[in-house]
Amino acid sequence: MASSAPMLSVAKLRVAFDHQTVIDDLSFEVRPGETLAVIGPNGAGKTVLLKALLHLIPYHGEIRWSPEARLGYVPQKVAADRQLPLRMGDLLAAKASVQKLPQSDIASVTAEVGLSSQIFNTSVGHLSGGQFQKALIAFALLGRPNVLLFDEPTASLDELAEEHTYELLHNLQQEKGMTAIFVSHDLSVVYRYATMVLCLSRGTRCMGPPKELLTPAMLEQLYGGPSKFYRHIDHE
Amino acid sequence: MHEGNILLLFLAICFAVAAGLIGCFALMKRMLLASDVISHLALPGLGIAYLFKINPLYGGAATLFLGTLLVWRLQKQTGLATDASIGVVFAASLAIGAAVTPAGDLIDALFGGLVSVNWVGFALGAAASMVVVIAVLLMKDRLTLSTFSPELAASTGIRVDKLDLLYLLVFSLTVLIGLRFMGALLASSLIILPAAAARQFADRLSLFFVISAAISVGSIIAGFFLNTYVVHLSTIAPVTVMFAAVVFAASLLARRAW
Repeated sequence: MASSAPMLSVAKLRVAFDHQTVIDDLSFEVRPGETLAVIGPNGAGKTVLLKALLHLIPYHGEIRWSPEARLGYVPQKVAADRQLPLRMGDLLAAKASVQKLPQSDIASVTAEVGLSSQIFNTSVGHLSGGQFQKALIAFALLGRPNVLLFDEPTASLDELAEEHTYELLHNLQQEKGMTAIFVSHDLSVVYRYATMVLCLSRGTRCMGPPKELLTPAMLEQLYGGPSKFYRHIDHE
Repeated sequence: MHEGNILLLFLAICFAVAAGLIGCFALMKRMLLASDVISHLALPGLGIAYLFKINPLYGGAATLFLGTLLVWRLQKQTGLATDASIGVVFAASLAIGAAVTPAGDLIDALFGGLVSVNWVGFALGAAASMVVVIAVLLMKDRLTLSTFSPELAASTGIRVDKLDLLYLLVFSLTVLIGLRFMGALLASSLIILPAAAARQFADRLSLFFVISAAISVGSIIAGFFLNTYVVHLSTIAPVTVMFAAVVFAASLLARRAW
């Protein structure tokens, strides 16, 4: 049965830049339908891990995706020049064409993320932070992925927009039975949506369901010092 | 008009279309410096070919393509060191070119002076221009994604470094076609200026391509006729580039007035 096989298995993963090791000896598995949150302090290698999983950066060790896995990626940020003469429609059409998808898919993913078709005619530089985020999600959904890798933006969204984004991702994931791997800095989001949590930090490495894992003691160990997040979680 | 001149004009127009299109991505990929360097790399080859009295374009082609591979390798590394090494390649190729090119041929090599073309040269040049246009159209979607975000492009299955190499090779081919008219110093200017001017008016890709190609063709036709009937220089390059520069300046003013 496909469902018993892992969607992703990572063994002895090591990523280093200029002789500085960012991730060392990391092994974990993700099962189909699971929502894995990757947490940890800044510089712990959360974004690096996502990039390695996508084979965007060189690594040592093993990253094995199930043959059925089709990945959709929402990056933390896009460094593109906002002055580029590109409309959002140009980008979505380019991906549809590269992946040989019917152009009608573009309209359906745009509707799924709650953007109007006006977005096609808006140049990328004129989108608001929230629209841009949704457009990136639509871009990731094009091609009907069954695994979504989401790297939480650190700055571009206000809290309400962030809330909407997670609600949207959660609903999409439920509807389509997608597997999700997301990086988040907001532990209340992790608590609410994740079925598994992977914490990355120099020295501390843990994985488990959020209710077991996200204890004040563990968070203190992970983030090194009292975290404003536990009060948040204690309330829930 | 003389038959050779008509052939030359048609070939120049083919080059202009290719240059206008390839320039759109050079501008978006922010590789203006690298593209300038690539065209300068033709100079040592042109010089050596002049020295041994073989067709200068053969020599230019050889160093141009070798240099392209070098620039590609350098670009794969990022950071200050890359900028510096591209700068060094740029200076060294100009110096070597200046040293080996016979004095009488130097101006032609730098600014273009191969003002006659036979049917074979015309056919090769026109075919090469076609290759550039078709390649840009075929690579358009992949280039668009990799320009916007190399990571997102890679996540959709595009091999970004191979695509970059392919783009640079097509870019060099465009420069090679233009060497005849524009020389090693000015060949890249008809790639850069029309795209820079078109950028002021275009908010989407298709329009960007069309306007850039149109400005490029307009500039080279203007350069050709102004040079033939008014200025009478040995090459059309200076007038063509000045015309394109004026169009660029006008585009800035028009954009501001809008």
